[in-house]
Amino acid sequence: MKPPPFDYHAPRSVGEALEILTEAGDEGKVLAGGQSLIPMLNMRLTHPRHVVDVNGLTELATVEAGPGGVLVGALARHAQVERSEPVAAVQPLLRRALGLVAHPVIRNRGTVVGSLVHADPAAELPAVLALLGGSVRLARPGSTRDVAADVFFTGPLESALRPGELAVSALFPALGPRSGTAFHEVARRHGDYAISGAAALVVLDEDLRVVTARVACVSAGPVPVVVDVTGVCGGDRWEAADWRGAAAAVWDETEPEGDIHASADYRRHLLGVLAERALTEAAQEAGNR
Amino acid sequence: MRDIAITLTVNGIVRRATVPGRRLLSDCLRHDLGLTGTHVGCEHGVCGCCTVLLDGQPVRSCLMFAATADGHEVTTVEGLAEPDGTLSPVQRAFAECHGLQCGFCTPGFLCTVTALLRDNPAPGEEEVVEGISGNLCRCTGYQNIVRAVHRAAEILAEER
Ligand SMILES: Cc1cc2nc3c(=O)[nH]c(=O)nc-3n(C[C@H](O)[C@H](O)[C@H](O)COP(=O)(O)OP(=O)(O)OC[C@H]3O[C@@H](n4cnc5c(N)ncnc54)[C@H](O)[C@@H]3O)c2cc1C
Ligand code: FES
Ligand code: FES
Repeated sequence: MKPPPFDYHAPRSVGEALEILTEAGDEGKVLAGGQSLIPMLNMRLTHPRHVVDVNGLTELATVEAGPGGVLVGALARHAQVERSEPVAAVQPLLRRALGLVAHPVIRNRGTVVGSLVHADPAAELPAVLALLGGSVRLARPGSTRDVAADVFFTGPLESALRPGELAVSALFPALGPRSGTAFHEVARRHGDYAISGAAALVVLDEDLRVVTARVACVSAGPVPVVVDVTGVCGGDRWEAADWRGAAAAVWDETEPEGDIHASADYRRHLLGVLAERALTEAAQEAGNR
Repeated sequence: MRDIAITLTVNGIVRRATVPGRRLLSDCLRHDLGLTGTHVGCEHGVCGCCTVLLDGQPVRSCLMFAATADGHEVTTVEGLAEPDGTLSPVQRAFAECHGLQCGFCTPGFLCTVTALLRDNPAPGEEEVVEGISGNLCRCTGYQNIVRAVHRAAEILAEER
C-alpha cells in the first residue's frame, strides 16, 4: 500500500504547471486534493511518471458566486464550497450534494474540480454538473477551452481532459426563479459512494406549471445519466403533476449494472424510489420559492 | 526521482526531512520524524486512524504526500497534551468515559474531535455522529466515544 516512485513537481504558478504538464504529456498526473489519486497510487492502480502537485497554486483556490452561477477554482476544497453562504444562496444543490460526499475530513482536502475530472459515475458532483448543464474550463499553455458537462464525462473515470491539460475551474449555473433542486441517495455506510442516487431539477412558470423537470442519476451507467421527464409532467401544476410517472420514465430509461454492492434490479428499484423523492422535493421547493 | 528537502512545523517544533516525492505524510511522521502516535490502518482514507491536523484542519495523513505539507503546520496526537504532560480536555474525556479499548483508532479520533469541538463547542447528537463518521473503531462500539465527545465539550466549557 505505498505509491510507486514518480518525479514530484510543485509548480509555483499556473503557467509553470502548464509547462510541466505539456512536457509530461500522458505520463503526467495532476495532484489536487489527492483523495482519489493517492488511494489509486497506494493500490498501484495508476503509475504516472510525473506528479504535478497544484496545492501551491493558491490563485486557484477561489469560489465566486454571482448571478451567472458558481465558479469554482481548481483548488477550492469541498469543505470551502460547502460552507460558503453565497454559494448556498446562488445554487443550493451544491451544499446538499457536498454533504453526501465522503466524510467531513475527506472534504477538507478533496476538491470540487478534482471530483469532476476524476469522473466517477458513483460521485455526486459530476451528476450535479450534468443536471445543471455546467461546464469545466481546461487550460494548456496559451489557450483555454470550456467543455460542457454533457460531453465532459466520457466514461467511468474518463473525462474530456486531454493529456497535458489542467482543469482550472468549473461553472455550476445558478438556480433560477421558481426553480427547485433535491438530491437523494442510498449508500451502504455513511460517507460511502452511493449504490444509487438521483438529483432533480424542477422549473415552474408563473402559473406554477412545470416547464422543465430533469433527473441526473448516480451509479446508473458509465457516466452521470440525465433523463428529461418534462414530457411526462410538463404543463401540469406542480402539486398535481404525475411525479410517480416521471420517476417511472427514469426507471425505464436507465440500465444500472449489478456488482458486489448491489444487484442491477435493486439499483433500478432504488433509482425509481429516489427519483420520485427528489422530483417531489424539488417541485415543492420550486413551488414555494 | 530526486529527493525533496522539506520543512514542517510539527507540534510547534520546526522539523526538516529529506524525502522521496512518494513519501506519505503518515510515513514521514512515523519513520522520518519518529512520531509513531499517528497510526496507519488502511492507507486509502477509510479508517481515519491516521488523521492529523494540517494548519488546524483534520486531514488523512495517508492521503497526502509529505512534500505537499512542506511549509505547513502539522499537529499530531503527541501535540495535543500540554508541554508538561497534562492531557487535553478531549484526551481526559476519552480516558474518563472509556472511549478506547485497544487504542489503535484513538489518535485519529482525538485529532478529529479536537477540531470538531473547536469549530462547534456544543454539538448535538447528530453533529457528533456525523463528525466522527469517518473514523472506524473495531473495539468500543462507539457508544463511549460519543459520550466522550459530549463530556469533552463539557470540560472545555467548564475550563473556558
Ligand atoms: C474514504 C473516501 C470516501 C469517498 N467518498 C466519496 C463519495 O461518497 N462521493 C464522492 O463524490 N467522492 C468521494 N470520495 C472522493 C473525493 O470526493 C475526492 O476528493 C474526489 O473524487 C477527487 O478530488 P481530489 O481533489 O481529491 O482529486 P485528486 O485525488 O487529487 O485527483 C483525482 C483525479 O483527477 C485528476 N485531477 C484533479 N484535479 C485536476 C485538475 N485541476 N486538472 C486536471 N486533472 C485533475 C487527477 O490527476 C486524478 O486523476 C471519497 C474519497 C475517500 C478517500
Ligand atoms: S490509514 Fe489513513 S485513513 Fe486509514
Ligand atoms: S479502541 Fe480498538 S480500534 Fe478503537
